[in-house]
Amino acid sequence: MRYSAFQVLKNALTGNTGWKPVWRNPEPKKAYDVVIVGGGGHGLATAYYLAKTYGVQNIAVLEKGYLGGGNVGRNTTVVRANYLLDGNLEFYSKSLEMWETLSQELNYNVMLSQRGVLMLGHSDGQMEALARRGNANLATGDDAVLMGLDELRAFTPYLDFDNGRFPVKGGLLQRTGGTARHDAVAWGYARGADLHGVDLIQNCEVTGFRIENGAIKGVETSRGYIGAGKVGMAVAGRSSQLAEMAGMRLPIESHVLQAFVTEGLKPLINTVISFGMGHFYISQSDKGGLVYGGDIDGYNSYSQRGNLPMVEHVAEAGMALMPMLGRARQLRSWGGIMDMSMDGAPIIDTTPVDGLFLNGGWCYGGFKATPASGAAFAHLMATGQHADYAAKFRLNRFETGHLLDDEGTGPRPNRH
Amino acid sequence: MRITCPHCGERDSREFDYLGAASLLERPENPAAFTDYIYSRENSAGDNAELWQHSMGCRAWLYVVRNVTTHDIKQVRLAREART
Repeated sequence: MRYSAFQVLKNALTGNTGWKPVWRNPEPKKAYDVVIVGGGGHGLATAYYLAKTYGVQNIAVLEKGYLGGGNVGRNTTVVRANYLLDGNLEFYSKSLEMWETLSQELNYNVMLSQRGVLMLGHSDGQMEALARRGNANLATGDDAVLMGLDELRAFTPYLDFDNGRFPVKGGLLQRTGGTARHDAVAWGYARGADLHGVDLIQNCEVTGFRIENGAIKGVETSRGYIGAGKVGMAVAGRSSQLAEMAGMRLPIESHVLQAFVTEGLKPLINTVISFGMGHFYISQSDKGGLVYGGDIDGYNSYSQRGNLPMVEHVAEAGMALMPMLGRARQLRSWGGIMDMSMDGAPIIDTTPVDGLFLNGGWCYGGFKATPASGAAFAHLMATGQHADYAAKFRLNRFETGHLLDDEGTGPRPNRH
Repeated sequence: MRITCPHCGERDSREFDYLGAASLLERPENPAAFTDYIYSRENSAGDNAELWQHSMGCRAWLYVVRNVTTHDIKQVRLAREART
């Protein structure tokens, strides 16, 4: 069914009996032309674009849990394109462009809210770094506004500009950035993929690959063997473990990143703000909860909850920026497992195994990347060529030295 | 999480800095092996051998075996002893 105002009216008059489940729950077939491992945002988007743009007929997405149950449902929903280095710049620019029409593309409201993304600066040096970053964004065709203190005091009057730890000197605003409804992105792509004939198979864990003469033949799963012409891995957080089944060792460590949300409050925060004390950032959800987070905990972890030192640090940073936060009650905190790559940038590439493809290493940039990641991975899997906007996310860049170290911190995943 | 430093006893994890996998102790002779040495990681979901520094204590480098799913610390030794 195509969603429209007419359908809403019709169902309002007929007791809302016309709404049906939006995807099937098929049994796995014996073989598929393409198998995508991972039913999160990137895997579902990849299947959607493979079917829709490249006309691939026979596709399955295998998900060990339920669709959208991983990081696409555990992130803080920020969408932005304010990176610094070539490679990242054009990719996130493409992704933001796709976000702007995603609801129409999917006929599913992903609730994109372009409320702006503001990075605060706290010193002359940092303001110059922000100016450089803004120029890089402008040169890529994205927007950037460097704000002085007066403008900023008018835009976000509720910040403690003179806080003792990191006094605010100015900021860089990207007005086209903002937030989107994370679950809707997974559901929208799942519905779109299903409508194009993709089999979405849940509770189906991949336990091994069948590889013959260096080429992929299929996957062993908890629901039996499934043959495949091509296999795409899109399981960020668990990429190392999946790739190990194919005999690969990746330039990735898995780390836990925490997020927090308060009780619902009246409209307060009009944009997304990142603060220089750690990686603290905050926005307000459509339900009114303040959503915020900080750095990764700092050591390898596969535990989907964080430890207390980072909870304390994030609370301190929030209180420094907005002392009023101390009056809000925090409802929930949770953790997601990140593929922290060795240079902080993702990987979309072929692998040494013929027909096996890798999409991973998203660090904490995975959500905003979802549309372009799906499109680029589908392009690579369908044509064998790298999409021009994702051509630098190569697996061999660690060997050739073409690193994309946006943070400039070297091969230290816990410093990105 | 608390780590028992061989010099200082059981201390809060905030006194320690994390470097990464203990495989960094095994510096290769062959230059061709360096890409793997610097960038590739085991990254298993079970016990992980890693390097921590007691930077806010005795500053010793430690070899720690930790379960990365439960955060149980299985073993702590001085890194210089683990190397030989």
